[in-house]
Amino acid sequence: MSALILIELNGSDVSANTRAAITAALNLSDSLDALVLTNDASNASSVSALAGINTVKMIVDDALEHANVEVASRLIADVMNDYSFLVAGSSTFSKNILPRVGALLDVQPISDVCEIKSKNTFVRPLYAGNVMATVETSDETIVMTVRATAFEHSGDGGSASVETISASMPSANSEFISLQESVSERPELTTAERIVSGGRGLGSKENFALIEQLADKLDAAIGASRAAVDAGFISNDYQVGQTGKVVAPKLYLAVGISGAIQHLAGMKDSQVIVVINNDPDAPMSRMADLVWQVDLFDALNELNAYQV
Amino acid sequence: MERESIEYDVVIVGGGPSGLASACKLKQLNPNLSVCLLEKGSEIGSHILSGAVFEPKTLFDLFPEDAKDCPSLKTPVAKDDLFWLTGENKSIKVPSWLMPKSLHNKGNYIISLGELCQWISEKAMELGVDIFPGFPAQNYLKDESGRVIGISTGDMGIDKEGNQKGTFTPGMDILAKQTIFAEGARGHLGKQLIREFNLDEGKTPQHFAIGFKEIWEVENDNHSPGDVVHTMGWPLNEGTTGGGFLYHFDNKKVAVGLIVDLNYTNPSHSPFQEFQQFKRHPKIKEFLESGKRVSYGARAITKGGINSLVKMDFNGGMIVGCDAGTLNPSKIKGSHCALQSGILAAEYIHKILNEEICDFDDLFKGSSLYQELYKSRNFSAAMHKFGFYLGAAYNFIESNIFRNALPFTIKDEQKDCDSLNLNNPLYAKEYPAPDNVLSFDITSSLFLSGTNHEEDQPVHLKLTDPSIPLTRNKELFDEPAQRYCPAGVYEIIDKEGEEYFQINAQNCLHCKTCDIKDPSQNINWTPPEGGGGPNYIGM
Amino acid sequence: MKIIIPVKRVLDPYTQARVNKQTQQVDLTNAKMAMNPFCEIAVEEALTLKESGSASETIAVSIGTDKTVDTLRTALAMGVDRAIFIKTDSELDLQPLHVAKILANIIKREEAELVIMGKQAVDNDNNQTGQMLSGLIDYSLGTFISKFDLSDDASSVEIGREIDSGIETRKLNLPAIVTVDLRLNEPRYASLPNIMKARSKPLETIELSSLGIDTSPRIKILSVEESGTKDRASKQVSSAEELFTELNQMGVL
Ligand SMILES: Cc1cc2nc3c(=O)[nH]c(=O)nc-3n(C[C@H](O)[C@H](O)[C@H](O)COP(=O)(O)OP(=O)(O)OC[C@H]3O[C@@H](n4cnc5c(N)ncnc54)[C@H](O)[C@@H]3O)c2cc1C
Ligand SMILES: Cc1cc2nc3c(=O)[nH]c(=O)nc-3n(C[C@H](O)[C@H](O)[C@H](O)COP(=O)(O)OP(=O)(O)OC[C@H]3O[C@@H](n4cnc5c(N)ncnc54)[C@H](O)[C@@H]3O)c2cc1C
Ligand code: SF4
Repeated sequence: MSALILIELNGSDVSANTRAAITAALNLSDSLDALVLTNDASNASSVSALAGINTVKMIVDDALEHANVEVASRLIADVMNDYSFLVAGSSTFSKNILPRVGALLDVQPISDVCEIKSKNTFVRPLYAGNVMATVETSDETIVMTVRATAFEHSGDGGSASVETISASMPSANSEFISLQESVSERPELTTAERIVSGGRGLGSKENFALIEQLADKLDAAIGASRAAVDAGFISNDYQVGQTGKVVAPKLYLAVGISGAIQHLAGMKDSQVIVVINNDPDAPMSRMADLVWQVDLFDALNELNAYQV
Repeated sequence: MERESIEYDVVIVGGGPSGLASACKLKQLNPNLSVCLLEKGSEIGSHILSGAVFEPKTLFDLFPEDAKDCPSLKTPVAKDDLFWLTGENKSIKVPSWLMPKSLHNKGNYIISLGELCQWISEKAMELGVDIFPGFPAQNYLKDESGRVIGISTGDMGIDKEGNQKGTFTPGMDILAKQTIFAEGARGHLGKQLIREFNLDEGKTPQHFAIGFKEIWEVENDNHSPGDVVHTMGWPLNEGTTGGGFLYHFDNKKVAVGLIVDLNYTNPSHSPFQEFQQFKRHPKIKEFLESGKRVSYGARAITKGGINSLVKMDFNGGMIVGCDAGTLNPSKIKGSHCALQSGILAAEYIHKILNEEICDFDDLFKGSSLYQELYKSRNFSAAMHKFGFYLGAAYNFIESNIFRNALPFTIKDEQKDCDSLNLNNPLYAKEYPAPDNVLSFDITSSLFLSGTNHEEDQPVHLKLTDPSIPLTRNKELFDEPAQRYCPAGVYEIIDKEGEEYFQINAQNCLHCKTCDIKDPSQNINWTPPEGGGGPNYIGM
Repeated sequence: MKIIIPVKRVLDPYTQARVNKQTQQVDLTNAKMAMNPFCEIAVEEALTLKESGSASETIAVSIGTDKTVDTLRTALAMGVDRAIFIKTDSELDLQPLHVAKILANIIKREEAELVIMGKQAVDNDNNQTGQMLSGLIDYSLGTFISKFDLSDDASSVEIGREIDSGIETRKLNLPAIVTVDLRLNEPRYASLPNIMKARSKPLETIELSSLGIDTSPRIKILSVEESGTKDRASKQVSSAEELFTELNQMGVL
């Protein structure tokens, strides 16, 4: 009953959601192997250092630099003979590939697992997280992605052996052209560890710069309420909530946001919630771990000036 | 892109009980008629909100065979209680023999009117009616002679500033030999028609109430399907009339609501807050405690009765149901009246399309609807005129002792928009903060109405004079829109040191209260882009 | 070039999903249903291709009970040429693998070279069906696309994919499947005249049972629960220093 972890690399580093997948997989099997598809054999080192991994299986080929999904899914499916579980962290990388692997194996994959109840029973969100379902699978081989926000991120300290698999590259019907990385220097909203979010209380686009300043200081992503987006303080891809993005960072700092239920729907699972608001009755405060009842401009100026 | 147009024999505006009844009856009378019905809600029933205790007789008149299979008729009224809430924790049970006759509900059913409308709409489609939900009638069309010849639907895909977006889709004209307006309380076309054709000539001004309703899922042992509780009194006090209701459905569901007459006088009064307080009364709380609120909504009620009922026929069409004012105010029941008025309109139109000579007034006066409304003619006028206690006493005596046969009629000539006293801090009302168990704030309530509007569209609540909210209305009444709107649409906010009147149009519940109660009659409700508005389920 | 657009009927995304405790299912009785918003975007893209002359025919496909026809009528009203309705007897719990198998069957039958579909359905949020379909019929695959440029000879398409790190541009050779993201386009409305006309457009009904596909569930939903918001025991702070100290202690900085 061993499990295979599909490794997602950011450059040569192992991604945070892959680390969550390792933690999750340890609930399923004590024997974990990792699979790396790469064009660069030196990437083995960061993977073999992962705690909890027995063997790192490498498939190295120039064609895997921007692995195309038709190729990757075929290669993964072929390796799966030896495993009962295939686990990856939820991301656009894994969501692209794993379902296709599932189809090749005649397996129904399970997306966004948030809790592992038993080896075949899992909890996953439906309806944008408004409903949590406990599901049981009858597949022999289980393929799943896990929410990075729901599991600890496992660390390093292992020394897995590395095994290179020689595989012939299946023919590809698509090709990589280019990658345009997002321009923002700030962390991406949905995976950021910290988010500073501003609401209508900010009053203007110019004032919203105070939020950006604080975000930079905390190495945080920026978020906003719909009222702030509606008022034109910031563009709509920053909206958090029912009709915006769903986030669960370690720290969510809400400035001048009242905490309408539609906003809460997007951030209620944040680990620590801080509220800066001058209204003691703002519903947001009930959700908060820390409340600073103050004029937000005073607070932001003080925070931005504070020497950490 | 050009506007297209299409012709039907009859076009009906509004998929409530009145409009649907007209549609079905027309097709029953003549299957060859082409009939089309437009509904502004994204589905039939999604904008319908009612109590509702329903008198089923008319449904059986309309569908003698099928009505018994109607899934809405599954919870017969089992028990009827009336409480006079004399204070925050106090109440007196009104003995059954003292209850106004009109409040007895034997033989009636507790239903969701929205669900009933869905069922009737399925029947209508089987009969061959073309039903188009998600398309409000924006205007009515007239020919040179001034005859109404149909309606036009609104354009879609217009941005906040009024420019065409990439998704721009022009509306269309639907022409018809006869047009039936069945928009419910304070229809925006009905309002114009009444003015244009003087349909209210010789009538007392129409009176309205705002009705709130929530559905709760309860775990309680007290729950007993079929039980009906009505209340009068607290939290409403002198100067504000109305009453509460609590109906036990099947499936552990309870409907709770408060109806507040819109002729209230204190501008600091907040009907929404009164409703939230109402649920904290022990007589109500006992059923809700440990339950969970699952929906919220509000809708105006037309309740002037026969004294205010407008003339229902005009050149080219009819106005029916609550759009015209057919509700029976002594029972606050309008669904069966709406059905009946729809049927009458269909019968009349069928006749005139066949070129038979027929006078609608004669048809109406010979109907059981007229009989019913005539008997209750003094009810709400008495409440309005004499205040709550005297009015209630009067109504009791009239209905139980004189059996509604008194030879005179009481009239109330003051419009609801003219009833507010000047703002006086001495009488300012303060309401406790929501406890989030029984009482809640507007935002979390709105969430449960499912209301939603495309954001980038022109504001559909039009101010004739944009300066009035911050001038006359603020000075004299502290802009009451901030409190009477059940959706928090109107706010005075501070925008960089300056006061600003904000209209959060996307929250609107289409209840029409602002159009009725604005003391300057400066707010005009118009239909937003199709499909916008609440998404009531089972209301 | 024929385009197939699978469309799904889902709970309207603007309505709150409610759990029926007795059945342990999300309560869809009388609930407002709508076309999955991602599917609307897929339909729009297909229509644009047809209007530009690149596609010969657009076909919407949906699987479900009789009510599903409403969703296909919406697609027809938006402008697709015809619809295929795969009829199931009851509200079967079809999973992406089953849906992919059914669609694979239809795509082969129609010999469609391009499939445009939503990246996920907003009810089950699986984000799988397009990928699985591509595996079953070995079409090239582009997921989460926000850009779609067909080559002049219609043999390949350049797509922009919205991925976590930015936008990836790829070239897919046809036949291909793409799954669309929100920013690809803004879907048109189904106008009233077009809704009227859609009533006479062709809609073919196929009984699911006639396709001989095994639809026994692989995944069983044991229970569902609404995940509400919980109040937290909040602590007051009153200065930047105090706030930073607390946050440091909590280890979130
Ligand atoms: C169908 C629907 C979907 C929606 N989806 C979303 C969604 O996805 N995301 C979302 O966010 N909203 C959404 N909303 C809107 C939501 O209901 C609220 O209107 C919105 O979240 C309010 O934003 P806010 O908290 O910034 O503004 P407000 O509610 O106006 O709150 C401003 C807050 O700032 C505080 N404040 C003001 N000035 C100061 C100051 N000087 N110092 C300190 N505090 C100050 C005030 O006390 C107040 O608490 C949706 C609404 C609907 C109807
Ligand atoms: C809180 C409350 C409790 C009530 N309790 C009871 C009760 O217990 N028993 C009872 O019998 N009655 C009750 N009523 C009254 C009853 O609901 C109404 O009398 C009845 O709904 C009127 O039917 P109608 O067809 O005239 O209008 P409505 O039911 O209001 O229907 C009108 C329809 O037309 C649509 N529409 C409006 N304008 C347009 C337009 N321009 N274009 C397209 N569509 C449009 C609306 O969206 C709506 O669907 C209650 C009402 C309320 C508010
Ligand atoms: S804006 Fe007017 S119609 Fe809309 S909810 Fe408020 S009072 Fe009712």
